[in-house]
Amino acid sequence: MSNLDQVFVTLLHWVVGLVPASLQPWVSTLVIILAIMTVFGTCFALTTILERKILGRMQNRYGPNRVGPCGLFQPVADGIKMLTKEDIVPFSSDQVVHFLAPLVLTIPIWLAFAVIPFGRNMTAIDLNAGLLFFFAIGSASELAVFMAGWAGQNKYSLLGAMRAVAQMISYEVPLVLAAVPVVMLAGSLSLNDIVQAQSGYIAGGLPRWNVLTPWGLAAFIMFLIAATAESNRSPFDLPEGESEIIAGYLTEYSGFKYALFFLGEYMGLFAITSLAVTLFLGGWHAPLPVLEWLPSWFWFGLKFSALIFGFIWIRATLPRLRLDQMLSLAWKFLVPLALLNLLAAAVWHWSGQCRLFPGSMAVRWLVCAAILVFPGIRLGRSLNGLSATPRQYRYAK
Amino acid sequence: MPSDITFYLLAALTLAGAVAAMSLRNIVHCVLCAAGAFAGLAGIYLQLNAEFVGVAQLLVYVGAVAILLVFTILLTHGADVKLGSALISSGWKTGLAISALVLVCLVVPVLTSPGLRHEAASGVVAPMMQKIGEQLMGQCVLPLETTGLLLTAALLGAVVIAMNDKTAAGPKTGVPPNHEAGKEPGLR
Amino acid sequence: MLGSGIIRGMIETGRNFVGSYFVKDRLTTVQYPEEKLAPQENARTIPFLVYDGDDAAAGLRCTACTICEQECPPKCIYIIKDKAKKPDFVGKMQLFPAVFDIDISVCMSCGICAEVCPFESIKMDQVFTLSSDTRFGSLLLHKEQLAKSNDYFRKIHPTDATAIDAERAETKSKAEAKARAAAAAPAAPAVPAAPTKAVTP
Repeated sequence: MSNLDQVFVTLLHWVVGLVPASLQPWVSTLVIILAIMTVFGTCFALTTILERKILGRMQNRYGPNRVGPCGLFQPVADGIKMLTKEDIVPFSSDQVVHFLAPLVLTIPIWLAFAVIPFGRNMTAIDLNAGLLFFFAIGSASELAVFMAGWAGQNKYSLLGAMRAVAQMISYEVPLVLAAVPVVMLAGSLSLNDIVQAQSGYIAGGLPRWNVLTPWGLAAFIMFLIAATAESNRSPFDLPEGESEIIAGYLTEYSGFKYALFFLGEYMGLFAITSLAVTLFLGGWHAPLPVLEWLPSWFWFGLKFSALIFGFIWIRATLPRLRLDQMLSLAWKFLVPLALLNLLAAAVWHWSGQCRLFPGSMAVRWLVCAAILVFPGIRLGRSLNGLSATPRQYRYAK
Repeated sequence: MPSDITFYLLAALTLAGAVAAMSLRNIVHCVLCAAGAFAGLAGIYLQLNAEFVGVAQLLVYVGAVAILLVFTILLTHGADVKLGSALISSGWKTGLAISALVLVCLVVPVLTSPGLRHEAASGVVAPMMQKIGEQLMGQCVLPLETTGLLLTAALLGAVVIAMNDKTAAGPKTGVPPNHEAGKEPGLR
Repeated sequence: MLGSGIIRGMIETGRNFVGSYFVKDRLTTVQYPEEKLAPQENARTIPFLVYDGDDAAAGLRCTACTICEQECPPKCIYIIKDKAKKPDFVGKMQLFPAVFDIDISVCMSCGICAEVCPFESIKMDQVFTLSSDTRFGSLLLHKEQLAKSNDYFRKIHPTDATAIDAERAETKSKAEAKARAAAAAPAAPAVPAAPTKAVTP
């Protein structure tokens, strides 16, 4: 079944072989760009409609079901609506910055897809510092949020933009810190190497994914929380909270520019989800040896879809966090826990190299989990305003 | 050569961004052009196959320093200040002399350094990440730890300054719930 | 436990999600216009005229007494009496309207016309898809458009209709009994003719 696995690679080679040798690098790059844009563009369209339908079902109602079978052509209707809306630029706004902000948001996020391994041999560019490149690109898009808010030249958009930027830079720290143990244990910043380090199976059954280790599980959860905050998704969507700050930094945007922001946000979500799959869920590896006949890109797609469903599920469940709750979650809970996670990962790595006695795996698990769980609970309780120790009553017996 | 073209483009972007950052009237525009200059510089690093430096430049300068500049301007109401009417200040001759001196002081050591004499063997791109990591933790661990200490001191200083402002205004939040005897810990 | 609230919330929404596909009662959406909810019995929008039997002209209960025209607060009813008379359900000759117009753009659905009508002839309808795309005329309903059968009335207001029908049946049977008694009485001796005449109401 390796033919099915490599079908896209062989297709690429065939297309590139059709052009003369001098043009081949250009054509190869162009075909890869077109492929990524098509796949993730379709993904974006599907996600908008599936999100609305899944949210609807979770709220005991139908989602949109008028346009097309089961409402699946709704993105077409939405696209037509967005494109035909009047592009209003306020007279007092900063024209150049207003125009550039959606571009500065969207372009770096498309760049981020270049380093992700979508399947075996299916990375667009295999950088040595792939992970670092990804985070650098992600941080470039924060400037665009500020530009969008500033361009409106009104207090609401500026306030929304400042809050959005504060949220995004606060959550970058746990995001990167959660990814650091992965790099530590894989020994390389290249995403291909990280996926390679998660190949193979322990004891013939369990895959070597990072999420199945104590530090990996904690890092995965922290990464997902930080990813939700980085993409301004519920429950962290205060910057674009429609009911509170009008639309925050998006107030002055309409029509196609708004659609570009929307696209940029969802693409950011896809990029971070792909990274989470790569770092923690073993990339394109199959979970069991018997299932390896399914192609690698199928496994990537399946894990990716499961994570996106998880994001939608969280959106349907949790209410919106206030800004101070959001920031204290980042700085007072996630950052200390991420630093402790580094310690746990180091203990795991060190103890993995000295296999002394049978049952040592359970001991490793217990020790690393203890490093994470007890401080985690204390930090979590202090976050709620609950005291770290059980409540002491002064007058009641 | 295509790499020459990209170098000239990136250099033009960097220079244009730097000049615009100095000469634009709106201070937020200046910051955004400075961010563009940082991005151009990152491109030049990447073109020289210095992956780590280039990406770190993007991460640190564009992602953090530019946002820091923006926050500083907005929190200190610098955006309301109208810049002086003259674009070029009166002491421009002194300024030109000093910047020429600085240029000479920077360029001469770089041009005469031994590192430039060796033509790097192109085509062999060693795994730079690990070398950088090993150097940082091996030979350069003292500067690394000193820098960390400096940054921690700066962070503590910032927190102390902010806390002084808060205690001057009166304590509102931040008191640990253990000390609020009689108050329900759930209320904030 | 830390995070237990989140887990419980997610179980709840997960149950909603899965249940919505298998337990149809969870989805209470009424997909208008393919599915419609039946209006409540005492819902009301605009008035209509009731007629008995099949002929809208002959069975029309309205006797053009113009009480509804006078009581209507926004004065949306316009009545012109006809010169002729026609028999009502008991057999007595009554007037009837030649013109009976209601301007439903003015009508405010108060139901006063239905309350005050002594002949149970004007009642409140439940139709609400009344918007028109012509500017003049379509919102002025005439007697032919307003007349709807008693069967329709029974369908939309069953309680009221059955009560009214029972009452009218009783009145009719009493009137018939009286008519038979009056028809049988002259066959009796003519001497007590004057007292009997005085007794009949």
